[in-house]
Amino acid sequence: MSLIKAGKGRRKAPLTPWKKQQRKPIPGVPSLNGRWGYPAIAPFFVIFLIFGVAPVVYSIYIAFFKWDPLGESEYNGLNNFIFLLQDSDFWLAIRNTFSIWALSTFPQLIMAIGLAAILRNRRLKWKSFWRTIFLVPNITSIIAITIVFQQLFGRDYGIINGLLGLIPGVDNIDFLEGVIPSHIQIATMITWRWVGYNTLIFLASMLAIPDELYESASCDGATKWQQFRYVTLPSLRNTITFVLIVGTIGGLQVFAEPQQLAPDGGSSKQFLTLTLFLYNQAFLNYKYGYAAAIGIAITVIVLMITTINFFITRKISGEGK
Amino acid sequence: MNRQIPKWQKTPKHHYLALGLITFLSIFPFYWMFVVASNTDDAIAKSPPSLIPGSRFLEVAHAVLTAEGVYFVKALTNTFVVGIAVAVAQVIFSAIAGFAFAKLDFKGRRFATLFVVATMMLPSQLGIVPLFIMAGKLHLVNTLYALIVPALVTAFGVFWMRQIIDAQIPNEILEAASIDGASVPRVFWSIVLPSIRQSSFVLGLFAFLASWNDYLWPTIVLQSPDKFTLQVALTQLKPLYGVDYALQMGGAFLATAPLLILFIFVGRRLVSGVMDGAVKG
Repeated sequence: MSLIKAGKGRRKAPLTPWKKQQRKPIPGVPSLNGRWGYPAIAPFFVIFLIFGVAPVVYSIYIAFFKWDPLGESEYNGLNNFIFLLQDSDFWLAIRNTFSIWALSTFPQLIMAIGLAAILRNRRLKWKSFWRTIFLVPNITSIIAITIVFQQLFGRDYGIINGLLGLIPGVDNIDFLEGVIPSHIQIATMITWRWVGYNTLIFLASMLAIPDELYESASCDGATKWQQFRYVTLPSLRNTITFVLIVGTIGGLQVFAEPQQLAPDGGSSKQFLTLTLFLYNQAFLNYKYGYAAAIGIAITVIVLMITTINFFITRKISGEGK
Repeated sequence: MNRQIPKWQKTPKHHYLALGLITFLSIFPFYWMFVVASNTDDAIAKSPPSLIPGSRFLEVAHAVLTAEGVYFVKALTNTFVVGIAVAVAQVIFSAIAGFAFAKLDFKGRRFATLFVVATMMLPSQLGIVPLFIMAGKLHLVNTLYALIVPALVTAFGVFWMRQIIDAQIPNEILEAASIDGASVPRVFWSIVLPSIRQSSFVLGLFAFLASWNDYLWPTIVLQSPDKFTLQVALTQLKPLYGVDYALQMGGAFLATAPLLILFIFVGRRLVSGVMDGAVKG
């Protein structure tokens, strides 16, 4: 039982010492002339500064203006931001974005970890077949998939309502008009697309756990669940953080799915997401300054979540330096 | 080897059941596209709907290719051209810069690396309005260059290459070569490049797929149907009034089929690419 105890008291005894040597700075090769580094990174850096960094800086500038794409632009101070905080659509978009994010992230995380735990087994048959097939949803055209799911989720003729109708007492659900049902529809598209990808990410980090740990846990009489809880899960902490951060950034960018369901975000804006809100302000209403302010708000949200996430992980993992 | 399978390694039956179910769910939408695209709308609307392909697919495919105001074949070519250009450029720029970040000691390397990593945190919408203004000033609006030029380099690509080169090429080999008199470009060309061929291919695939599936930027910057990429063209298949599921799904199927065919050949490499890039622990 020693191992399981070590799992419980992991604050004192790290269960995953083999990972400690990660995170060292990469040493260069001393005998290679380092000055070649500048011409080597220059092409990348120039393009990156122009098309990756400059727009970001430029958007901070634009956000302080009443920016008319055709006419004159006038300095607007903090008004864009003040107006944004008072705009009910903004708060609605935040609510929708987070609801969709939560409805897609948590089921995805649980399914991906579960599937990876199954795929980890070295005796599993057709290993590479499963891995490959799970990645198929991830590579497919996003609009094409939105079209299919929209049809599957249809109110009157969709298969999903057809199946739900087999349960006695369940009426057809309107997956477009209802707030939560519409979020479920969009979250399903996102989950479908990313479960397999995240499964592979978790699988990669599970395969890095030495077999001996499972072997000895099994010898000590640990059940499958205990092995999973005290051997697998603790060593996935960094990966979970990674998947959550990437998922948050992705979640704040949800755009194609709601826009295809209805360009204005639904009759009561029930699935207006932050990015759809930004797009509509910029390219339908031509309020560039306002849209830039929305972009900054989205970035602030990303940074806040990343920081919170970082601190939580550090707290949980305890021994992090 | 007649070793008994240890108990902790056995796979229970219900695990295969779960994998089978996920496989079904992963494939079904593609199958369904084809079913809807090859049946009449009535066959799909009846209860229970037809679950087997009908005979109408060629007719629907023809309707997609000749739909008024939609240049499907042109969109397919546009998407390919942009995807290939972006993939090739990203591989070249990322390999060179990634090599410098992984193996060359130059002043400011640490700072530059941190800078690149930090920008990966920024959501791409932040710069989208200024990017559109810039595209306007550079006369790129409504050209395919507007899709290619900003995608020539990505922070992700460079960082990924840096990790790969660091992990796959031991410093000793590069050191031996340079002591034998090989210059830095020579070392890159003769040692680094050959050993990252596989990874370059995978990075190129990632870039190609990302470009193929991009929708937000193309829908902003492209304006006339003959310049559209597939994703934008697909949205044009919606009739003004009502719905034509067969037409839309036919388009969706035709837009997805090339990716599925590509996937048959490169699926396994993509899998290992995704797994290599994962944070191990």
